[in-house]
This record gives sequence, C-alpha cells and structure tokens, in this order.
Amino acid sequence: MPESVSNITAQMPRAKLAGLLLFFLGPAVAIYTLFSIYPLVATMALSTYTSDPSGARYFVGLANFETLLGDALWSKPFWNAFGNNLIFFAVHMCVQNPIGIALAGLLSLPGLRLKGFYRTVMFLPTMLSVVIVGFSWNLILSPLWGVASGALKAVGLGSLFAPWLGLESSALVTLSLISVWQFVGIPMMLIYAALLNIPEELIDAARVDGLGHFRIFFHIKLPLVLPTISLVSVLTFVANFNAFDLIYSVKGALAGPNFATDILGTFFYRTFFGNQLQLGNPTMGSAVATVMFFIILLGLCLYLFLVQRRVRRYAF
Amino acid sequence: MTAEQRAKSLSVHLVLIAYSVLAVGPILLVVMNSFKVRSAIFGSPLALPDATTFSLVGYEKVFRSSHILTYYSNSLIVTLVSMALVLLFGAMAAWALTEYRFRGSTALALFLSIGIMVPIRLGSVAILNMMRSAGLNDTLTALVLVYVAQGLPMSIFILSEFIQQIPKDLRDAARCDGVPETRIFFEVVAPLLRPAIATVAVFTIVPIWNDLWFPLILTSSDSTHTVTLGVQQFLGQYITDWNSVLAALSMAILPVVLIYVILSRQLIAGLTSGAVK
Repeated sequence: MPESVSNITAQMPRAKLAGLLLFFLGPAVAIYTLFSIYPLVATMALSTYTSDPSGARYFVGLANFETLLGDALWSKPFWNAFGNNLIFFAVHMCVQNPIGIALAGLLSLPGLRLKGFYRTVMFLPTMLSVVIVGFSWNLILSPLWGVASGALKAVGLGSLFAPWLGLESSALVTLSLISVWQFVGIPMMLIYAALLNIPEELIDAARVDGLGHFRIFFHIKLPLVLPTISLVSVLTFVANFNAFDLIYSVKGALAGPNFATDILGTFFYRTFFGNQLQLGNPTMGSAVATVMFFIILLGLCLYLFLVQRRVRRYAF
Repeated sequence: MTAEQRAKSLSVHLVLIAYSVLAVGPILLVVMNSFKVRSAIFGSPLALPDATTFSLVGYEKVFRSSHILTYYSNSLIVTLVSMALVLLFGAMAAWALTEYRFRGSTALALFLSIGIMVPIRLGSVAILNMMRSAGLNDTLTALVLVYVAQGLPMSIFILSEFIQQIPKDLRDAARCDGVPETRIFFEVVAPLLRPAIATVAVFTIVPIWNDLWFPLILTSSDSTHTVTLGVQQFLGQYITDWNSVLAALSMAILPVVLIYVILSRQLIAGLTSGAVK
C-alpha cells in the first residue's frame, strides 16, 4: 500500500532504512525462523534418513514413507489413526459448528438481555486446558462416580448409560464430543462477531418486507457469514489433525481401548518418543510429522482454492 | 411487548440458560466436590459442601505430594516472559512491515504468516534435537523460545491491523520535529497499542498456559514442569485418590477462571474485534 507510507520514510537513505529494518524485524524474524520454520524443514529432511543402533544416520530417500504406508506393521496403525482423525473431525463439523452457529444466532438477536453474561459463561470451557477438561469429563462419565448415570436416571433415561469412554465402539465419539463441548466457543464467537458486522439496513429492509427472525437468519444472515463459517471449518481442520492433548490425558499414549481413540497426534508421539511397546524412532517420527504436514497443507489448499474462491466476500 | 413476543424471548432465554448450565456445570461440579470429604463426593455429588462434608484434605495432599507451587511459578514465568517478548518483537516487526516500504516486504509478510496456519508442533523432532545440542533441554528457556516463535505470526498479524489504524499525522508530526524512528515507535506508537494486548493475549497467551505438548517433549524434571504437565502427571499417579484428583483439577482451573472473569470483557472484545474476519 504505497499511500500508507509517508513521504518522509520513502525518502530515507538506504543505509538508514536497512538499519531500521534490521533493528525492528531482526529479533522476530530470527526467533521465528530458527525455532519455527527451520525445525519444520529439518524435520522433513530427517524423514529421509534412518539410523542404525550405533546412532549413525543414513540417507534412505523415501524409504521411510514406503514403510509407513506399505509395511502392514506401520500402515495399519497409521490408517487406523487417520480414519479415527477423520471421524474426530467429522463430529466437530457436524456438531460443533451447527451449535456454534445456533448460539451465535441467538446471542445476536436484537434487544437480548444478559448477552454479556451468556457469552462469558459459554466461552469459559474454551479457556481451560484440554488436560483439565478431559480429566474432568473422565470423572463425570465414570461409572464409579455415577454423576452421569444419576443425571440420566433423573430424566428417566437411566438404561442408556454405559461407560462410554471405556468401550471400543463409543470412546472416540465420546472424546470428540468432549472436545466439541470445550471448543464450541470459538465458532460461536467468530460467527457472532460476523453477525454483528451485518449492516442494520439490510435486516431492517427484510423486516419491512415482513420476514420473521427465522427466515431473516437463514436467508440473509447465514449466507452473509459463510466466509466466516468456512474459516472456522479450516481452523477446526488444522486443530483436529494436530490434536493430541485430549486423547493423551484421558487415554494415555496408547490411545485405548485397543487403539480405538488413536489419532495422528498420538501416533506421532508414540512413534517419535516411544512408549511401553516400542522405542522412540526420531526418523520415522519425522516421516509421520511430514505426512501430517502434507495433510494439513492439503486441507489449507482446498480451503484457499475451492472454498475461498466460491464464497463471495461481501464488502460492507 | 405482546404475549407472543414474550413467549419467544422466554424460549430464547431457556435455550441459552440450558446451554450455559451445560457449559459451566461440569466445571462447578469438579470445583464443588474438591471441597468435600470422600463419602460426600460419592454420596451426594450434586450437593454443595456444608459444615459436615467440608474438607480440604485433597488440597493438603496436593501441596504435600506434588511441587504445585513450583509448577505455578514455572507456568507464570514461561507465560509472562513469552508474552512480553511476543508483544515487543511482534509490535516491532508489525511496525516495520506496515510503516516502511522495502523490496521483499510482501514476501516477508507471507513468510511470517506460514506460522499462523502450520502448527510448530510438527517440527518437534528437530526442536528437541536443537535444544539438546544447545544444552537447553529441560530448561524454561527452551519453552520460552518455542512459544515466542509460535506466538509471533499471529501477534504480528493482529498488531499490524492496529498500527494501520493509528493516524498517520501523529508519526509524521514527530518526524518533522526530527524525532528518531526508534523513539517514534517506543514513545508514540507503542503506548497506543495497549488495547491490542487483550487480543494478542487470547490468541497467544492462553495456548501457552494450557499447552501440554512442549512441556512433555522438552522438560523432564519436576523443577521445570508447568501447571498443565505437573497436574497431568499428578492425576496419572493419584488416579484413585478422588479428593486429591479433584483438588488438583480445581487448582488448575481456578486461577484461569479468576483471570478470565476479571478480563472477560476485554478478552471477548479482542476476540470479536476486526482483527479476525
């Protein structure tokens, strides 16, 4: 933006400008490059090496990836984790985003009282550590404590209770829902902010035309906040395919029962750091991280090229 | 208000109240029961502690058998130092990127924005190797360096938006008076960035305080554990001791909730501000 630069800085001598840039940008660029970008690149480079028991490293090209995707010993847990991760993501998309949109819609109703109170309370879980949230739910859902079964009994649904977190069939969905419970505040807040930015005249015009709240929401507001909804979706995608803390703190590194809750983050941790069953393997760990990087990159590209292009941005 | 409007507004409030209960209920339940004796935790989990059921036995146990105060101070040091550096270096970089015209500035801005989307966690293998060879393994410094690198991209992005909103005349007037650039930044621009602190805090500070991954990878001794990791390990060890588990959970929850309630207005304003559209 040329007009944002004042004439005085544009006329600055080159050496002086270089000095200023070094002073202002130097620390940020140095720390960021050294501890964020370089490790990413170095990890990818390490994924093309293997090490023998003596610790020496050899270049092996793409052999680690062939092992990871081709050798049943590696590919089975990898695809299991990938599939589980897709389910984890699908639950977020199908539950977290609709609830977030609905709550944002209610909060943005004109003249609603106690708005600030509801917002504060509903956003609270998002502020807490995933570890704390996971463990608290672990206790609440535990048959030992009986809070969840008691609550269900109170509404006459006692027979529905099962130790959901312990069953192979329901553990993953239960954990996904715990994560949804915690992070629903993010879509809620971002969509709420977008809804507030819709110009009043648009809504007033619709009201004059005789549209009710519901139709105004679905036909006018919702299409206008679609860019925000797709942004929320891509944020959810990146966060989900990089998730680790919740599974690790509730289920441990082995993501039980029988790896039913294993996702890429826990698989990466086990491969890289090791656990009761295997020794840590930094080069294979790097390969897993590299695959995760490309999965996230693919999601970002899909968002940028498909969604971002299709969804029209409305300038207010 | 007509009867129909009143019924509508009532139903909206009912939905919002129901969801609010779902959101804070579990947290209240844990905190409430951490102040009770074991028999009351199991006997009447939904009751508030009273004179007969009140007990601090869980808290005593946590203080006795974990280094909870060390964890708190580690978390505080790491979070505050990281926050200060993210704000300082982030504001300086944002200033240079928005104020000075130079070749490659767009490319540099793009390079810096990679970190907003790509999680730094994926570089953990190399980060651990680097920290080991630099002798920084198992130190708080290692955590601070990683968190500053992680927080910078988002803070530069947010602070750039803020700096663009500062009137140009202000800096140009100072320049005409011959004030050096560094003083313009530190004495004119930086004080005006105070409102941005809350926004930056939501996006960078909260994830740092709550992070489990890097303390798990980079720290190995009790003296360098943060609250999140320390409590996580304590919970694993004392899993059958419900008093201690509930107390440890509450001790991790309460400071965050307290700060959140005090700052919630600014935090939410920051979150819903124009920076993220």
